[in-house]
Parts: sequence; C-alpha cells; structure tokens
Amino acid sequence: MADSAGVEVKPGQAVQAPPQAASAGSEASRQRVVSPEYMFFEAPRERAFITGSEAAKEAIRRANVDIAISYPITPQSETMQQVGALWAEGYVKEYYRGEEEFGVMSAIAGASRSGARSLTATAGPGLMRGMEVVASWPGGRMPLVLLIMCRVINAPLSIQPDNAELAYLLNSGNIIFHAENQQDFFDFALKAFIISEKPEVTLPVAVAVDGFFVTHARGYVMLPPSDIKLTPRDPYHEAIPAMDNENPPARISRDAPIQKSNFISYHVHASWQQEVWAAVERSRKYIDKYMGGLVEVVNPDADTIIVASGSAVSQSREAVRQAEEDLGERIGLVKVRSLRPFPTRELREACKNAKRILVPEFNCVGWLHREVCTALYGYSNAEIIPGPRVFGGISLPTEMILQYIFPDKKFAF
Amino acid sequence: MNNKKRFNIRMAGIGGQGVVTASHILSNGMVIMGGESTLVPFFGSEKRLAPVESYVRIANGKIYEIGEIIYPNVIMIFHPQVITHGKSYTMPFYSGLKPDGVVLINSDTPINLVADEVRELEERNAHIYYLPATTIAREKADTDLATNMAMVGAISAIMGIPDLPSLEQSVKERFLGKGFVVSGGTAALDNVIERKFAKKEQLLKKNMEVISAAYNYAVEHGWAAASQTAKV
Repeated sequence: MADSAGVEVKPGQAVQAPPQAASAGSEASRQRVVSPEYMFFEAPRERAFITGSEAAKEAIRRANVDIAISYPITPQSETMQQVGALWAEGYVKEYYRGEEEFGVMSAIAGASRSGARSLTATAGPGLMRGMEVVASWPGGRMPLVLLIMCRVINAPLSIQPDNAELAYLLNSGNIIFHAENQQDFFDFALKAFIISEKPEVTLPVAVAVDGFFVTHARGYVMLPPSDIKLTPRDPYHEAIPAMDNENPPARISRDAPIQKSNFISYHVHASWQQEVWAAVERSRKYIDKYMGGLVEVVNPDADTIIVASGSAVSQSREAVRQAEEDLGERIGLVKVRSLRPFPTRELREACKNAKRILVPEFNCVGWLHREVCTALYGYSNAEIIPGPRVFGGISLPTEMILQYIFPDKKFAF
Repeated sequence: MNNKKRFNIRMAGIGGQGVVTASHILSNGMVIMGGESTLVPFFGSEKRLAPVESYVRIANGKIYEIGEIIYPNVIMIFHPQVITHGKSYTMPFYSGLKPDGVVLINSDTPINLVADEVRELEERNAHIYYLPATTIAREKADTDLATNMAMVGAISAIMGIPDLPSLEQSVKERFLGKGFVVSGGTAALDNVIERKFAKKEQLLKKNMEVISAAYNYAVEHGWAAASQTAKV
C-alpha cells in the first residue's frame, strides 16, 4: 500500500509504515483527543485563507481517521493526494489507492465493517462507477464518510463542476450533506464522522461540494488548532457490532434471504429498508445539534424565497444582497445543508408565507426543484419556479437569479 | 458617494503579459487594504501569446460569489490584439459589460471599432479609456514586462481601490514572498525580469514607478471621478 503514496517499495520487501508515523515525537503523535463538543464549539479558531481541498485535509487531520482508500479523479484527486501527506505524517493510520471506484467502495465497506473510522472520496464518473456498492452501504449499516467533489458525469466529457450526480445518490439511503463553501467543507466533513457513528444512526454520510468552485478556490476558514483530534470510533456502541458474522447485516450477506422462501426474503428486506430510512431520519437531532440545523433561513418574511444548496447558495446570497442594496427589495433564502434527511418540515415552515419560490441549481435535471415540490405539495400555494439553472461548468451569474426574480427589469447584456 | 465599493473585473490579455500576476497583485492589494477579494484565472494551454483571462472580485464588504465573472463592471484589455485579432475567450471584448461600466484598454491610440461595437458600447454607457500602458512601462522601467503594472496602477486610480500603499505591499509580497507558488512559465519570466534588475529592490522600485505613473495618468485625465460608481 505504500507505493501508491510515493514511497518506493522494492520487490520482496515488506511494506513498512512511514518513518514519521512511527516516531513518538511527531506532531501527529502529540495530538490530544477532545470531545466532539469541544472540537466543534469550544476550541479557539483561527482564520485561514485556503482552498476547499486544503479545508478537507485540515478536517481529516483532526478527525482521527483510521483508514482512507480512494482512486484519483479530478477534481477529487487534490484532496486525497493531501490525505496521502497526512498518512506520511502519521495523522491517518492506513492509506492506499484502490484499483478503481468499485474496488474502493467495496474495500472501504470492509474497513468500516471491521470497526475502523473510514474515509473515501470520489467525483462525478467515479461516484457513478462506485454507485452499486455505495447503494449497498446503508443496508450494511456502515459508518463511514464519503467526500464527493461534484463534476460533470454526462457526455460530452468534461471535468467541470456540475452536480447532476447527486440526483443518483438521493435515494440510496446514504445521509447526504451539501457544502456551500470551504468553511462548510471543513465543518461538514469533520461532523459527518461523529453523526455517522452515532448508535441510532450507524449509516454512511456523503459530504458533497461543487468541484473547482470550492475545491480549487481559496476562501476563509475558521480552523481549530491542529494539535487536537476527535475521539476515536467506538464500534461497540453502534447499531451493528463490528465483525459480528452471526447477526445482521453480515449474517444476511453470508446467509442471504434470497436462499430462503420468498416470503421470508420479502419481510427481511422490507423491514430492513424501513429501518435504514428511519435511521436516516434519526440523524436529524445530531444535524440540529452539530450543524445548526438542516437549513439556514435568511429573511423568512419575504414574498419571494430562494431555496438552494451548495455553490448556488453563495450566488443566491449575493443576489439577495444586490436586491436589497441596489433595488430596495427583500428576498428570502433557504440554504439546504442536508439533502438526506431532507428538510421537509423546515421548508414547510420557512416557505409558509412565500408567494414565489425559486430553485437555482448547478445541474441540468433540477433534482432540488423536484425535492422542493414534493416537500411543499399540499402545504404551499406558492409558485415554485424551476431555475435558474446552469450546467456543464459555468458559474451561475447573480444577474440570472435577479432576472428570474424581477422579469420586468433588465440585468444581463 | 456611496462608500460601499464592489468591482467585478475581467482581465483579458495574451500569454506572457502578466495578466494573472496583475490579478494577484490587485486582489492581494485589496486584502491588504482590509477588504475582500477572490480571483479566478482562466487559460487554455499555458503558453506565450495565447489568450489569457483572469477574473477578480474586489470589495470593501463581504464577497459570496464564486466562479467566473459573466457580467463584469470593469474590463481590462492588456493588449490591442485581444480586440483586433480576437485573442480572447470572450467575444466581443465587452460582452457582458454592465451599464456605466469601465473598459481600460492598453493602446497608445484609440482602436477602430466597427459600428455595431460602437453602438453597443454606447447603449451601455460604457466608459472607455485608452492607456499607453506598454509605453509607460518602457519609459519608466525599460521593459514591456511591466505593462501589467501600468494596468494595475491605472485601474486602481479609476476604481479608487486598492490604494497605492496597499499595492506597493502587494507587489513586495508577490516578488519577495516565499509562499507564492507560480507556474513554470511564470517562473521563467520572473527569472528574466530578476536578471534584468540585478537587485529585487530595484525591480520593486521600478514596478512601483510604473504603477504610480499610470495611476497619475488616470487621475490627470479625470478617469477616476466618472467611474467609481460603476454598477455591479
């Protein structure tokens, strides 16, 4: 496993841990374990101007990660390359490059099942390739964190930011957060481990971010000190004991219901899937506690409300500012932090007085618009406008958002 | 005048002129002055004479936006060929320019624009300024490579931000800083200019002379007052 991290391994030689990791005096070995509450809320923070990839690296440095496995794909590669550096410094115990995403997602499942705190990351087509395994994680009740740096998945080939891939992930049973900026990517990634491993949750958590706009651009991030790390995973206080082959879900894999009568198979599967989705819902209280809620609401009294996630939130914030300062118009904004569980209750409350709702998106298919329509059906008389949308990599100009809000004015040339 | 300032700048030039370097200096100058700034460089293959664009947002308030600037209120054209030869990713050169916006063009003489271009620029009430940036660079620093400094100096006078002391500090950090990572091509050009000026102090001094000369040129021509309210 060392060769993929830039350490030369000669044939016939045993792979050894990097020298830094072994040295007792290394900075990694001096990290102090702190409670999630201290790490998230009490530790002093200093402002850094760093890329999204670096923000993810800093989260992983403090996350007490046992194992990271990934396969390179733009724009994810930069982050996982830096995780390799963390491994060399001893902050991550095991790290290697898998053979491709199907293998990576399978291997990280095994790592999670063994009780290790597990991390992987991918982007666009890599997520699509690994999707068969990713969709099996929740049923396996595997706590782990998957970072997704969104990029175009459809032809023509492109490496540019576009988050259509999240549409495919929404109904897989994974918990999914969508980070707006570098600060979110740091905070969400760190908090995802703790939420993922809560006994009543015990599910994988995907933390998505729009590629390049966040991963390769610098932004201000408030960072706690690097000499502290989260409490380690405790696999004996989870819904499923680690490495227990006599109980579900390992027992189900080994001794599959498909080999029983159809009726046993139906019952097992139905109850199991309901429990997975119930567990997704049970993560709400931790999202509220650690992340400040599934949504952030700005100007809830406004007639027109923008509902957005990811980079579209940043663009919408600027549109709200321009509307207020330049046009004297008050526009509301709901930032969706968590896509699964979806903030259905929160949206109904935030949009109860809205007359118009816009859903700007960085993808062609409009998956968030469908989610919003489903959540508000029967609870709102507002017109729910599908868009504006950009896709294929371009940024969403605030002028485009304002043009949708004020069709009688001219914003774009 | 509204004390809130916010400029969305698109810079277009050709490879080797220091467009991306200019955007770094302007952007960092704004941060040094206590404001906020983000920048997005954009180029295809990184080579001499190929089109280069860089997008810079500067403001004395919070910046949320990300990505390229589609609708700028300030456009900087570093080379006449961006217009005359179409050496640009954004055609025509003023596409997306907001009403009352600014176009700063490096050219000793006005460029003959076709009638449609003239009309469209008039419809937007664009302020077009021709700055002899390369001539100023040659006169003050004896090198074309300081053209980007002249462009930075003039645009900061036009916008009112960042101020000259902040720009000076930014130039220092760019050429003396240890942590600044540049591409191979840019590093090669840095070497060329460092050899030319035996001491880096002299390089900084000459760069600042070019920035100040272009700054004063813009002030003397009255470009500043008319342009500081460009709409975002």
